[in-house]
Amino acid sequence: MSARLHTIVALVENRPGVLNKIASKWRQRGFNIESLTVGHSEVPGLSRMTFTVDGAAHDIEQVTKQLYKVIEVVKITDVSDEQVVARELVLIKVATSKDTRSAIIEIVDVFRAKIVDVGSDSLVVEATGIEDKVDALIGMLTPYGIKELVRTGRVAMVRGGLSTVAAPAVDGAGRHYKSAGEGKPKVGSLI
Amino acid sequence: MTKFNGAEIIMECLRKEGVDTIFGYPGGANLPMYDALKKYPDIKHVLVRHEQSAAHAADAYARVSGKAGVCWATSGPGATNLVTGIANAWMDSVPLVCITGQVVSWLLGRDGFQEADITGITIPITKHNMLVLDVEDLAPAIAEAFHVATTGRPGPVLVDIPRDVQQALCEFNYPEKVELAGYQPKVAGHPQQVKKAAQLIAESEKPLILAGHGVVISRAAGELKELAEKAQIPVISTLLGLGGFPGSHELFMGMPGMHGMYWNNLGIQESDLLIAIGMRFDDRVTGALKDFAPNAKIIHIDVDPAEIGKNVKTALPIVGDVRTVLQQLLPHVKPARHDAWRGWFADMRQKHPSIAIPETDRILPQYVIKKIYELSGPNAYYATGVGQHQMWAAQYFWGDNPYSFVTSGGLGTMGFEVPAAIGTQIARPHDTVWAFCGDGGFQMTMQELALCTEYELPIKFAIINNNYLGMVRQWQDRFYDGNKQSVRMFQPDFVKLAESMGITGIRVSDKAQVESSIEAALRHPGAVLIDFQVEEAEDCYPMMPPGVSLSDTIDQPKMQQPEFAR
Repeated sequence: MSARLHTIVALVENRPGVLNKIASKWRQRGFNIESLTVGHSEVPGLSRMTFTVDGAAHDIEQVTKQLYKVIEVVKITDVSDEQVVARELVLIKVATSKDTRSAIIEIVDVFRAKIVDVGSDSLVVEATGIEDKVDALIGMLTPYGIKELVRTGRVAMVRGGLSTVAAPAVDGAGRHYKSAGEGKPKVGSLI
Repeated sequence: MTKFNGAEIIMECLRKEGVDTIFGYPGGANLPMYDALKKYPDIKHVLVRHEQSAAHAADAYARVSGKAGVCWATSGPGATNLVTGIANAWMDSVPLVCITGQVVSWLLGRDGFQEADITGITIPITKHNMLVLDVEDLAPAIAEAFHVATTGRPGPVLVDIPRDVQQALCEFNYPEKVELAGYQPKVAGHPQQVKKAAQLIAESEKPLILAGHGVVISRAAGELKELAEKAQIPVISTLLGLGGFPGSHELFMGMPGMHGMYWNNLGIQESDLLIAIGMRFDDRVTGALKDFAPNAKIIHIDVDPAEIGKNVKTALPIVGDVRTVLQQLLPHVKPARHDAWRGWFADMRQKHPSIAIPETDRILPQYVIKKIYELSGPNAYYATGVGQHQMWAAQYFWGDNPYSFVTSGGLGTMGFEVPAAIGTQIARPHDTVWAFCGDGGFQMTMQELALCTEYELPIKFAIINNNYLGMVRQWQDRFYDGNKQSVRMFQPDFVKLAESMGITGIRVSDKAQVESSIEAALRHPGAVLIDFQVEEAEDCYPMMPPGVSLSDTIDQPKMQQPEFAR
């Protein structure tokens, strides 16, 4: 069971302290979170988190089981073995001069990235894609001098009509949700 | 509708939940709660001398009564003093509702006087915790706390309430039902899995039941007995599972593990099927995992899915409430005899009498504990501390009452015994309650003796006084070349201490006085402390040294020698 990067999607009630509780479970088992994004989901009051974590499948499963125990976690799924669309967004502020500007614009075009801000001695490039593409773009721009860089980390969505991570049905507004079926997905096969 | 202030809403909630006792300590940030107390005379407040004891007493109260224990404290140091008690309840899956006062909401995060981020601090040791910032959320939060604490795998829940929220006014509406999308504990086991379990049991020639705290918590002692008797399966009870199967039963094999019975540790290695019920394969039970139960398939019944596969590989997991799952399982189980297997145990017990007590004029600690059990009868309750005396108390335990052995298992909290005995006696005012105390642990919480006088609690304290931190001394002797460091300490005069607290003190230094002092304590209507001056150098055996396998358990190294002095 070798270590590899896992993508984990969690739907959580948007209540204070949730992020802290979830991060605490990873910390307790000695995991380093590679990336983490949080934002609203399709259901008001439920936030969607995407983690990428490096580790062996068994260890990751242990932590996701512990994460189930966080009361505010409504659903948590390891989508690493699913067919997913995974993306991250990057903003890169790259140094420019009269001599380099056109070369940079050419690179940006090849990567289907966008220039979203132009300054006298710099450009801000926005790109979206899988990590490899973002890495490659950064590699190409590095020789020109990267002054500032920010990456969102991965967000992921399972392909096709059936979703393994969709939120359960909501019963009324506010903090209490009623889940469809048995609620959380089962861990393991028949338990 | 009448409006209540936040503190009164807390009390209304407690009344709705049927709470009759709160263990607590006042301070600046929970004064409104104390102000509200006088309007609720049906709810008794027990004033401890240190907040840690409030949590421990509520913990023991919960274990014995089967209801959630309730404790409260003020902000800052009051709240942080609860932490050890909360961690203890967390490790042993005890339903505890802890209510802490907090600095006024506009001072939060500004290092106000007596501010501590108690919700932050307790994240890893609570099942759930909440900071309530609006009085409208208070009743739902407390309802949620009780719901979460008492259902599924029970555990402590903390509700932190700023003082201004306790003073704000609001109507009282208690939610009839708590529904949480992210919390739906499974009750029934998967029917297919249950049938497969019955099949595995039928195929097994050497089945063993490992019964844990889950049997006690889910009140499944009756179902467990039925299962064991139907298929004639020997039952091993973990430390926290003691009482879950009758100690006097012929199928009862005692405790396994680090200081467990020799026959059990070898039996686990010999077994072809372990039926683990409401237990979590703690390292003190399994020894080295790679060598654990090499011949056995494992059926693991537990309410917490996170326990499945955590420590051992399971052939057949069943997630669900122990009692419900056993009820599902029983009709499928075929009657069996397992004569040869039971004969194996009888033979092992004959050859390795693990806990036989040698004849000597000195007072052996095991002897004292055994005598207390014999003389107190089957209906007494026992709270223990942590260390050698706890292991002896567990080894000689023979009670049939599932809730009568109150001990700190997972966290191993020295000093638990005194407040735990208090919580136990308050839950069972008419029963005999013994506190088995170590002379070290006792000094951690002995201030609580005063409560015996204040609340007329007739607890019998037995200090198993070997004038050492005995278990640490045993390890230093065994694993650190006898380099005894910081295990001997100045002791107060425990008899005078008892008297100063208003309770009777007896010192026993002669073996002939052991029985008579126990009888005197049992006859005495009030609290009694007996300082048993036991053999200092006695070690606790059997022992499985840390890190080795169950097969390498040492039974009784001294049993072979004619004289047992070192």
